[in-house]
Amino acid sequence: MRSPQDIGGLPEGPVDPSEHTLNFWEKQADGLRAAVGSKGLMSSHESRRAIESLGHDAMGRLTYYERWTAALSLQMVERGVLTQDEIDAKVAQVRQRLVETGELELSAGEAEKLP
Amino acid sequence: MTRFEPGAKVRVREDCPPGHIRTPVYLRGKPGVVQRYFGAFGNPERLAYNLTGPKKDLYKVRFRAADLWPDYQGSQKDVIEADLYDHWLETI
Amino acid sequence: MSGHHHHDHDHDHDHPHAPPQPDDKVHSYHQILSIALKELLIEKGVITAAEVRQFIEKRDSITPANGAKVVARAWLDPAYRARLLEDGNAAAAELGFPITGTKLVAVENTSDTHNVVVCTLCSCYPRDLLGLPPAWYKSRAYRARVVREPRAVLREFGTELSDDVALRVHDSTADIRFLVLPQRPVGTDALDEEALAALVTRDSMIGVALLDGGAR
Repeated sequence: MRSPQDIGGLPEGPVDPSEHTLNFWEKQADGLRAAVGSKGLMSSHESRRAIESLGHDAMGRLTYYERWTAALSLQMVERGVLTQDEIDAKVAQVRQRLVETGELELSAGEAEKLP
Repeated sequence: MTRFEPGAKVRVREDCPPGHIRTPVYLRGKPGVVQRYFGAFGNPERLAYNLTGPKKDLYKVRFRAADLWPDYQGSQKDVIEADLYDHWLETI
Repeated sequence: MSGHHHHDHDHDHDHPHAPPQPDDKVHSYHQILSIALKELLIEKGVITAAEVRQFIEKRDSITPANGAKVVARAWLDPAYRARLLEDGNAAAAELGFPITGTKLVAVENTSDTHNVVVCTLCSCYPRDLLGLPPAWYKSRAYRARVVREPRAVLREFGTELSDDVALRVHDSTADIRFLVLPQRPVGTDALDEEALAALVTRDSMIGVALLDGGAR
């Protein structure tokens, strides 16, 4: 089976050469991944494998750091560092806090993804 | 002692194993020429699952673009090079 | 890939070297998830907030200017150029750019060979020397097409190669990271290392662009 990430030679449209400056949260996600990696809890090999496991759909639907974040979440559960219940509870808690501080402004379709 | 010297003609294994693989589909079954030896590296197919195992020799292998893509539009001199592990290469 | 993106990405910062400022709003589930993972991992003592900050600062401190210094030195010093082609990690470390965990290999453009780099399987990039890759390097379009129709992709970047020039596409499938050593532009004999480094672009070190005056 062709991995979702193994795309060499497939037909695609023109390359969009525009630059994208990383948002703060994307830099955070990058730093978070690096910090976890420095503890030996997620190698680049494990990260790639976790991203592949998100499936074909994730390649089109999620942005780069969204895939990284989903992969980190999976990896922390698989390594037994966190449980899925802990993550879901914390997501609900963070969401509530952001509502209270007025910082939450979910884009269309995002609320449905919350656990 | 490595299995291949620079200049060796090889073919990428035509295989489709399950799991995390670092040999792209577009190169499988294709003929190429070993350019250089990079050293022995941890096997990513096991490291991806946090498993250990013997290191694998890594080679730079050159493929003619025209061998990969029969309708290739560029120059006949154009090549694609990829880094491939020993266990994905067979002698031809 | 930004082209498919459904979120608001209009938060680009005007000063890329200023400390990152928090985004005004949280727009997506994955942003919430990222915050949640960070807080949980800190609460459990797996990582500290300072460590995350240090990694962000380290990442911000690495820019294509580092690679440009390596290239300019290689243009000026034949012995350094030879060391760079022999052992990229050691040559980069000489100039104060340590590269850990991956092997850096420099590939040299000449009047009859042009090199371009891709990672078709993910987005492997010499981050320790050039910083984070541009968005297009990570895009499906670039990764899928540059091994299939490299000259057409280069043309989209405004780079036209003569058929006499052999094109080498390097697919970083494993533990190797590639740096293209571009050709030194003609008419630059009088320039010093700093002035030469200022001419070297990120895209020329990936291989999608030539430098003005380079051979075609």
